[in-house]
Amino acid sequence: MQKQHVVVRFCGDSGDGMQLTGTMFSSLSAILGNEISTLPDFPAEIRAPQGTLGGVSGFQVQLGTGVYTPGDQADVIVAMNAAALKVCALGSKFNQKGAQWEEKESMFKRDAVIIVDTDSLSAKDLEKALYQTDNPFTELGIPESVQIIPVALTQLTKEALKDMGMDNKSVLKSRNMFALGLVCWLFNRPVDKAVSFLEGKFQKKPQLIAPNVKVLTDGFNYGQNLAMNIQTMNVEKSHELPKGTYTSIAGNKATAWGLIAAAEKCGKRLFLGSYPITPATDIMHELAARKDMGVMVVQAEDEIAGVCTAIGAAFAGDLAATSTSGPGLSLKGEAIGLAVMAELPLVVIDVQRGGPSTGLPTKTEQTDLMQAIYGRNGECPAVVLAASSSANCFDYAYEAAKIALENMTPVVLLTDTYLANGTGLWRIPQLSELPEIKPQGVLEEHKGQYNPALRDERGVRYWAYPGMDGYEHRNIGLERDAKLGTISTNPENHQQMVLARQAKIDQVANQIPLLQVQGNVDSDTLLIGWGSTEGHLHAAANELGCALAHFNYINPLPTNTEEVLRKYKRLVVCELNSGQFAGYLRSKFEGLHIEQYNEMTAQPFAVDRIVNFVKHSL
Amino acid sequence: MEASQFKSNQYVKFCPGCGDHAICMALQKAMAEVGVPTHETVVISGIGCSSRMPHYLNTYGFNTIHGRGGAIATGVKTSHPELSVWQMTGDGDCLAIGGNHFIHEIRRNVDLNICLFNNRIYGLTKGQYSPTSPKGFVSKSSPFGTVERPFIPTELVLGARGTFFARTLDVDMPTTVNCMVQAHEHKGASVIECLVNCVIFNNGTHNWIADREMRAEHSIILKHGEKMIFGKEKDKGLALDYSQGLIPQIIVVPADDERVLTHDATMQDPTLHRMLAMMGAEGDTSLPIALGVIRDVAAESYDEAVNQQINEVRDKSKAKTFDQLTATLEQWEI
Repeated sequence: MQKQHVVVRFCGDSGDGMQLTGTMFSSLSAILGNEISTLPDFPAEIRAPQGTLGGVSGFQVQLGTGVYTPGDQADVIVAMNAAALKVCALGSKFNQKGAQWEEKESMFKRDAVIIVDTDSLSAKDLEKALYQTDNPFTELGIPESVQIIPVALTQLTKEALKDMGMDNKSVLKSRNMFALGLVCWLFNRPVDKAVSFLEGKFQKKPQLIAPNVKVLTDGFNYGQNLAMNIQTMNVEKSHELPKGTYTSIAGNKATAWGLIAAAEKCGKRLFLGSYPITPATDIMHELAARKDMGVMVVQAEDEIAGVCTAIGAAFAGDLAATSTSGPGLSLKGEAIGLAVMAELPLVVIDVQRGGPSTGLPTKTEQTDLMQAIYGRNGECPAVVLAASSSANCFDYAYEAAKIALENMTPVVLLTDTYLANGTGLWRIPQLSELPEIKPQGVLEEHKGQYNPALRDERGVRYWAYPGMDGYEHRNIGLERDAKLGTISTNPENHQQMVLARQAKIDQVANQIPLLQVQGNVDSDTLLIGWGSTEGHLHAAANELGCALAHFNYINPLPTNTEEVLRKYKRLVVCELNSGQFAGYLRSKFEGLHIEQYNEMTAQPFAVDRIVNFVKHSL
Repeated sequence: MEASQFKSNQYVKFCPGCGDHAICMALQKAMAEVGVPTHETVVISGIGCSSRMPHYLNTYGFNTIHGRGGAIATGVKTSHPELSVWQMTGDGDCLAIGGNHFIHEIRRNVDLNICLFNNRIYGLTKGQYSPTSPKGFVSKSSPFGTVERPFIPTELVLGARGTFFARTLDVDMPTTVNCMVQAHEHKGASVIECLVNCVIFNNGTHNWIADREMRAEHSIILKHGEKMIFGKEKDKGLALDYSQGLIPQIIVVPADDERVLTHDATMQDPTLHRMLAMMGAEGDTSLPIALGVIRDVAAESYDEAVNQQINEVRDKSKAKTFDQLTATLEQWEI
C-alpha cells in the first residue's frame, strides 16, 4: 500500500520506553527520506502507578511527504497495555464510565491498524485500567474496520532473550524493541538499516546492542511470518525539502542552539539566567551542558533572579537571555520593564503552557500573547517574536538575539509546549550562512562625555559597559533626562521618553521581512495565525484551497500587514486562546472584519476542525 | 588613587544630617584606597535612600528595581569576575523584598561587596517600620507599635553560611573605610552592615552607640589578631564564661584579665562570631556592640568556580565552535 503520509502513535506505560521507541522510529524514517513531525504526550505525573490510565505515555509521529503536523488521528497504534488501548480508543473521554469509541474523540482512524500486547490484557491489567468486562475490544466499541494485530509481546521478548542471561526486569524493558521491529516490518523498513541505526544509538553502551538487535530482528521476522491478511505500507519520501544535511530537533534544543549560534556570530558570551519551569527547562539543560561553547548558565534562586542575573550580564556586555513559561513571565515582568527603561539587550524566551496560574503545565496554549506585548507596568514596549515550528525555534532565537543586540531592547520570543517538546526536521546551517549580527557599540567621540541617553540616528542608544575606559555612567530604572541621561521628573521629558522608547521598537519593522501569503493567494479567504499553529493552518489552507498569512513577527508587525489583510474578503484568525491576536489586529487596523476560530483545550489544533469551521461557518 | 576621582558630578541629595552622606564619603575613600580604576568598578543598587548611592560615584553604576540589586550584581560579577562589584542596599531593599536574593548571593559566595545600610526604617516611602525595626516600634504603618520580631542581619548572613561580616557606624569614618577595604580584599560575598541614622524618620536609633560620650563604653571595634579591649580608658575586655551551664557566655572583665579573648576573624566555625555579633543586638546594653570585621573566612567564590568549570570543560572538549558542535549530531543528507 502506497501512502503519502501516515500517522503512528506509540502508547504505553510511562516505564515502557515509548518516547525512545517513537524517537527511534522517527529518526529512522527521516534517515530513509521522510519528512517527520513528532509530538510526545506524557503524563503530568513523574511515575504514576504502573498500568493505570494516569500513567499512559504517548508519542505520535507523522511521516511521509507534505508533513506539516504530527497528524490528527493515527493510522497505526502500538498499544503496550490495556490502559494505553483505552486512552487511544476513547481520547479525552478515557475516564468516563461506559464510554465507547467515537470517531471525533478517538486517537485513531476508523481503518487504523492496532498492534497490542495480549500479555498485558490479563484480568489484573484490565482491572487496573478500570475495564468493566473481560473483553476490552468489545467494551471499548472499537469498530470492525480497525485491524487488530494481537501479539504476545512480553512472551515473545522473553523467548528472544532467553539465552542472553539477562534479569527479568531488563528483559521486560526490551519489549519496546519487539514493537519497533513489528512497526519496521509494517512499513517495509529494511531491517539492516534499523539494526545499524540501533548500533549507532547504543555506541556508548555496547552491552545493550546485542539484546536490542535480537529483539528488534525477532519482532521484524514475527511480522513477516504473520499469518494475517495485513497490508504493509510504503510511505513516500519527501519531495518538498531542499537539499541539505538534516537532523531532527526538538524546539527547546533548537532555541538553545539559536542563542549559541548568535553569540558566536557576534563574538559575545552567551549568559542564561533561569529557573526550572515546565516546559521551558530543557533550554536551561541544553545550555548548561554547552560549557564547551563557553555558555554561562546561572540557575537562579527564583524567576525574578533568573531575569535579573541576565540583566546584570547584559549591563556588563554579554548576550543575555532568560528562559521561562507563563507564570515565570509574570514574575519577570517588572525586571523586563527595567531592561526596557535601561535600554539593555535581553532575550526572554516564554515557552507557553496552559494557564492561568499553575494551569496545565505540560500542555500547550497560545495564551501569553497579551502578556508578552503589554504585561508590564507603564507604557513599556518590547519586541515580540513567535517561532512556528520546532526547527525554526532556532531561527527565531537567533533573530531575537540579533534584534536585541542591534536595537538595545528586550525581545520576547514565544514558543510553546507543542514546539518545545515536538521535533521536526532541521536543515543544519553553517555559521557562515547566518545573517551578520552587529551589536550596538559606542562612538569614540563620546569618550569622556558618554551618557546612557545618547542615541544613533535610528533612535537606538549607544551601548557602553564596564571595562570601557572613559564611558563610566549610571544607568537607571527611573525616568531619565533625554539629553543628560540622569534622573528626571520633568513632564515634557517623560512624554518625550515614552515616545522615544516606542519609536525605537517601531523602527525594528524596517529590519524584518514582509509578511508572505502562503497557499492560494487568489482565494477570497485568508486564514491568519501566529506561532506554533503554522503547520496545522498550512495543512488546513491546502485542504480548503485558501490563503494563509502566518505571523512570526508580532511586535512590531511587518510593514505590509494592513495591505495584505485588506486584500481579502474573509479573514479568519485561528488561535489556541480566546482571541488575543484577533483583538490585537483589530486594535491596530480599524474597521477590519475578523472572524475567529479559537480552541481553549490546551491541545494543538486538529486540521479537520479548522477545515470544518471555515467551511461551515460561512 | 584619590577619593575625588570617585566623586560623580551629581549633587548629593540625601537629607541634611543623613548618615548616608558619611557612607558615601567613606566609599569614595575606600575605593581610592583599593585602587581599582573607575571603569572597572561597578556599583549596583535596588531602590531606597541608600540605593541612590551609584549616582554619586564616578564608576559604572546601575540603580535598578526594588530588592533585585543582589541578583543583578550576581549577574555582573559572575559574567565578569575581573570587575570590582559593589552592591548598595538598605534594610527594606535587602531584608524584605530582596531577602531571597540576599541569602542566595551569600550562600553562593559571589565575590560582591554588599553595603547594607541599616537605619531600621523605610525612609524613601516616608516612615514605615522595616524588618529590622525593634518589636513595638511605632511608625506610620504601625501606629500601635509593631507586633513583629525583627531580623538581625548577622543571623541571616551566618545562616546563609556567610564568609564575611562586618559592622560599622556612619559616624565612625576610619572603621567604615577599613571595613570596606577588607570587604574588597575578601574573596566572596562580603556583607558590611552600616548602622546609619535616618534624621527625619528614625532619628537617634543608634544613639546609644553613636553618641560621642557613650560610644567607647557601648561598642568595641574588633580587629583580627588583637585583644578584645574597649572602654573610654581601654580598661575593659571580653572573655568567655563557662560557669553558666552548657553554653558559654560573653562577659566583661578587666582589660588585664588573662581570659580576655583575641579576635580571630578567620575561624571557620561561626559560633563565637555569632556571639560577638549578637552582643547588644536585642537591646541589651550590658555588652558592647561589636564593630569592625567580625568574620572573614576563606572559601571559593561562585564567580570563580563558574568560570573555572567553563574553562576546564572547554579545554577538554573537541567541539569548540557552532559548526563543530552541529557536526556531532546524528545527521543525514537529503
